[in-house]
Amino acid sequence: MLNQIGNYSLYIALFSSFFLLFHSSYSIRNKSKSLDSKIFSALSVQTLMVLISFFSLIYAFVVSDFSNVTVYNNSHTTKPLFYKISGSWGNHEGSLLLWLLVLTIFLFIFFISTKNLSNKYRIITVLFQELIIIGFLLFILFTSNPFLDLFPIPKEGTGLNPILQDPALAIHPPILYIGYVGTSIIFSSSLAALVCGMVNKIWAQHIKKWIITSWIFLTIGILLGSIWAYYELGWGGFWFWDPVENVSLMPWFCLTALLHTIIVLEKRNIYQSWTIILSIATFSLSMGGTFLVRSGILNSIHTFANDPSRGIFILCFLFLLVLLAIFIFFIFQKKLFKNLVKPLLVSKETAIIVNNWFMMFFLSVVLIGTVYPIFLEVISGSKISIGPPFYQKLMIPFLVPFLLFMAIGPKLKWIKDNLSKINLNQIISFILSIVISYLIVKLFGISYLFIVPLFAVGFFLLFSTIKDFFSKNSSLSQKISHFAFSLFILSILFNGIFAKEFSSNMKVGDERKFINKVIKFENLKIIEKDNYKSLMASFKISDEKRSINLNPEVRVYNQPRTLTSEAAINSTIYSDNFLVFNVIKDDGYYNVRYQYKPLMMWIWFSIILLSVGGILSYLKKND
Amino acid sequence: MYGKKVKLRAFFILLIFLSAALTIFLIIKALEENVVYFKSPTEIKNLSELDSKKIRVGGMVKKSSIKTNDTEINFVITDFKNELLVSFKGSVPNLFEEGKGVVAEGFLKDRSYLKAVKILAKHDENYMPPEVNEALKGKK
Repeated sequence: MLNQIGNYSLYIALFSSFFLLFHSSYSIRNKSKSLDSKIFSALSVQTLMVLISFFSLIYAFVVSDFSNVTVYNNSHTTKPLFYKISGSWGNHEGSLLLWLLVLTIFLFIFFISTKNLSNKYRIITVLFQELIIIGFLLFILFTSNPFLDLFPIPKEGTGLNPILQDPALAIHPPILYIGYVGTSIIFSSSLAALVCGMVNKIWAQHIKKWIITSWIFLTIGILLGSIWAYYELGWGGFWFWDPVENVSLMPWFCLTALLHTIIVLEKRNIYQSWTIILSIATFSLSMGGTFLVRSGILNSIHTFANDPSRGIFILCFLFLLVLLAIFIFFIFQKKLFKNLVKPLLVSKETAIIVNNWFMMFFLSVVLIGTVYPIFLEVISGSKISIGPPFYQKLMIPFLVPFLLFMAIGPKLKWIKDNLSKINLNQIISFILSIVISYLIVKLFGISYLFIVPLFAVGFFLLFSTIKDFFSKNSSLSQKISHFAFSLFILSILFNGIFAKEFSSNMKVGDERKFINKVIKFENLKIIEKDNYKSLMASFKISDEKRSINLNPEVRVYNQPRTLTSEAAINSTIYSDNFLVFNVIKDDGYYNVRYQYKPLMMWIWFSIILLSVGGILSYLKKND
Repeated sequence: MYGKKVKLRAFFILLIFLSAALTIFLIIKALEENVVYFKSPTEIKNLSELDSKKIRVGGMVKKSSIKTNDTEINFVITDFKNELLVSFKGSVPNLFEEGKGVVAEGFLKDRSYLKAVKILAKHDENYMPPEVNEALKGKK
């Protein structure tokens, strides 16, 4: 029953898509103005239908309706209610339905919130967005339908992978998807603006809200995934350059570049073509990311669906969309009003172009690092992997000038400024930063090449962003976000350099010495829980001053039978103590890894603050 | 003489071209140094010469081959045709088990012995790294 409801509402949604497609192209041709209401009702029907099908899937999960294949494959009656609900988007089919839901809801909100803009622009945006929606509807209905019947109806489902049963991961996909899908509106509306010849200040002001919204959600979504990998996968760090992580970082770089460029368009009415190109690129990367993750061709720790036909469908669809976008760009690009831009003048515009250059550089590094192994395997058949050293080597040297420009850029004025304004304050804070970083390096005896300049520019950025709070040069949200970014850079520097790791094989009762600490494996007990059995260890880590107890677990889930390790983390504002243990074999030895991670909390906190800066931009209208 | 606008545009294009070239050059250079190749035990047996670079070896952990002491874990990776002894100091993922797929990253000491620096296993009970799957398919 539920399957039928879900299925039919998707077909009705598909039908309304086609209606919208033809109707909007018809009304563009006839230049009519009174057809608004038909489009509005078709959009409402579509949104409602997708909502109904989404909720019928959730309901099927809640009542454990195993006549549905998706529910059977991903749920189990003993699973807690919260994870039954989140399980509905924790799988391939459901997550695509979520994509579709966000697509339609966003279009609906877009349509009702743009009543003051030209009808033609709104209708063309609907047209482009409907093209994307149709693609996804066809994809869902014909390659990954979440409402397939299963007969005979089994009594019990196969369960959800226990590592996905986690609060952070339950809300991670919706938030990340809102960020991803938000870029689709940016894509459609920038193409529409291009066609209507209205890539101007007014459009920039209006689309900026969408850019900021997607950016906030994308940032938080990446953060949640990262926190999850830290404590649940027991990776014991915040970023691993894993392909699946990289895939979400690529649109982030692009969106961040766009976020800065759109301000220039808004204030100065320049960089129009570049804004359009960035909008197209951001959306292509979001779609491409979905393709890479969903097709399972990424060689990653994460595992998702592994069905090549799905991947090929998204790839072709993406290819067509990008081709269409490029085609439209070259036809209508002449319409753009060209302001003469004087390059290499010291001004805010130039500073933002510099920011964009760095974003594009980081993007290319991550893109090539992620995609190159796939291409090489297709071309030559040899299998390779690219690890963190590749990214570090390329990114760290460029961070120094990047941070320096970031410290100076926001202080510059629009149009033209001169550098003779550099005052005593700045020189003092720059010298101070160098001294501080030199002292840090000297005191702790570190000998990496880039540490002194990195720390120096990190502190310089911190000081100048703090000082910016007292100037009236730019908006509060910009100040907070840049300040948060400097905190982020400094925390990852401290975290990376002063982290300590120790691993060993231990039996119950064993003691190990590590620097000035003693790690003792005190005892191990077995606890029976509802849907898993837990091996809970008790470790004591003591140095001269204090000792802490850590209780990591190994859980043996029965549905499906899976081992997971739950890391024990003792977090303070100064540092995290992270301990994870694993069963190797039944010979009494346990594999233990202890990590000391300074300022871990600050990494999470600074990212939250970074997005708070974005949220604040809603409050003040005309920043 | 060309107009100011044309000159400006030419200058911009040149700048973009140069920075793109620089980016690509740097990336290719870093790629050359940091690529880790993946091999199966059989491929290692047939190597003409040993490379001192880091490599990845994939296969199954041979049944009852894991031996643990205070600091090290020793085990045998097999693709059911050839075997490779691996010694490892450090932490293993929780799906590291006998009879399951594994990927070891490290340095070859000779054609049958790898000193591993990292052990990878996937977070799915039935999952097999694509490399392992293929290596096994080809050799079985």
